[in-house]
Amino acid sequence: MSALATAAPVVYQLNFGALGYGLAAIGPGIGIGLVFGHAIEAMARQPEATARISLYMWIGFSLTEILALLGLVVPFIFHAA
Amino acid sequence: MIGDVRVVADAAGGCHLFSGCGFPAPGLQNFNFKPLFSVGSFHFTKPMLIAVLCTVIVIAFFWAAFRKPKLVPRGIQNLGELGILAVRDQILRPSLGRKGDVYLPFLVSLFFYIFLMNLMELIPVFQFPAMSRIGFVVPLAIMVYGLYLYLGFKNQGAWGYISNMWPRGVPWPVYIILIPVELLRFFIIQPFTLGIRLFANMFAGHLLLVIFTVATWYLASFTIGLLFAVGSAAMVLFVFVLELLIDLLQAFIFTTLTATYIASALEAQH
Repeated sequence: MSALATAAPVVYQLNFGALGYGLAAIGPGIGIGLVFGHAIEAMARQPEATARISLYMWIGFSLTEILALLGLVVPFIFHAA
Repeated sequence: MIGDVRVVADAAGGCHLFSGCGFPAPGLQNFNFKPLFSVGSFHFTKPMLIAVLCTVIVIAFFWAAFRKPKLVPRGIQNLGELGILAVRDQILRPSLGRKGDVYLPFLVSLFFYIFLMNLMELIPVFQFPAMSRIGFVVPLAIMVYGLYLYLGFKNQGAWGYISNMWPRGVPWPVYIILIPVELLRFFIIQPFTLGIRLFANMFAGHLLLVIFTVATWYLASFTIGLLFAVGSAAMVLFVFVLELLIDLLQAFIFTTLTATYIASALEAQH
C-alpha cells in the first residue's frame, strides 16, 4: 500500500449554523447603515436638533443591532458535530 | 486560573500549524471557569471575582471623589465630576430633561458599573467580561424593568398606566394585531432585549478576541504560517481597539435605554 492510501481521509464539514448567521447578519447590516445615514442627514439639515436626533438614533441602532445579536445563538446550536 | 492566557495555552498547547493537529476552535468552553475556591456547594469563580472587584472600584472611586466635596474641585473630584456631567448631559438630559436629575445617581452608577465590567475583557490578568455570563446581566435588566414598572404605576396610576399604553387613533381591525404586539413589546421584548444586547455583545467580543489570539499561537511556527500569524496578531490589536469602543457604546446604550424607559413611565406617550 502506498502512503497515500493509508493516510486518513480528510473530512470537511460545512458549518450550516455559521453560514446561516452570515446570511442573517446582512439585514441588520443594511439596517444600521440606514439608521446612521439618515440620522447624519437629519443632523446636517437641522444642527440645532442634534441632541434629540441622536437619542432616537441610538434607540434605532439598538433595536436594529439586537437582530444581529440574537442570531449569534445559531452557530452554537447548529454546529458541525 | 488567571486569564485566558492559560485557556489559550491549554487550547493551543504545543499545537501548531503542520504539526498534525487541527485548529483548536474556541467555543463555549472558554466561558466556563474552574472555581477559585468552594464553600460547600458554592463555587467562587473568576467572573464573580471580577463583579465584586468592579463594584468595589466604582464605590471606592466615587467615595474618594465626593467624600468631602469642595466648591472648587481639586484632584480626583475633577475626574468624578467629569464622569457625572458626561452621564447627565449626554444620557439623562436628552431623554428626561431637567426634572429627571433625581435619577442621576442610579444612572451614573449603572453606567460606570457596566463600563468597568465590560472593560475587564481588555485588562490583562482579568481578560474576561463578566457580562458575557448572562447571569450577571439578568439582575440589571430585572432591576431596570422593576423600576420603570414601579414608576409607571406610581405616576400614572394602575388604570391610567394601562390605558395610556392603549394605542389610539387607528381603525378597530388593527387592534387585533396591535394589542398583542404592544403587550409582547412591553412585557417581553423590552426587558429581554435590554439584557440580551449587553450579554451578546460582550460574548461576541470575547469570542473574537479569543479566536484571533488562539489563531496567532496556532499559526506561529517556522513555516509560511508565521506570515499569517503576524496578520492574526494585527487583527488582535484591531479587535482590541474595536472592543474599547463597543464597551463604552454598550454601557452608553444600556443607560440611554434605561433613561428612555423611565421617561416613558413618568409621562404618557402620545
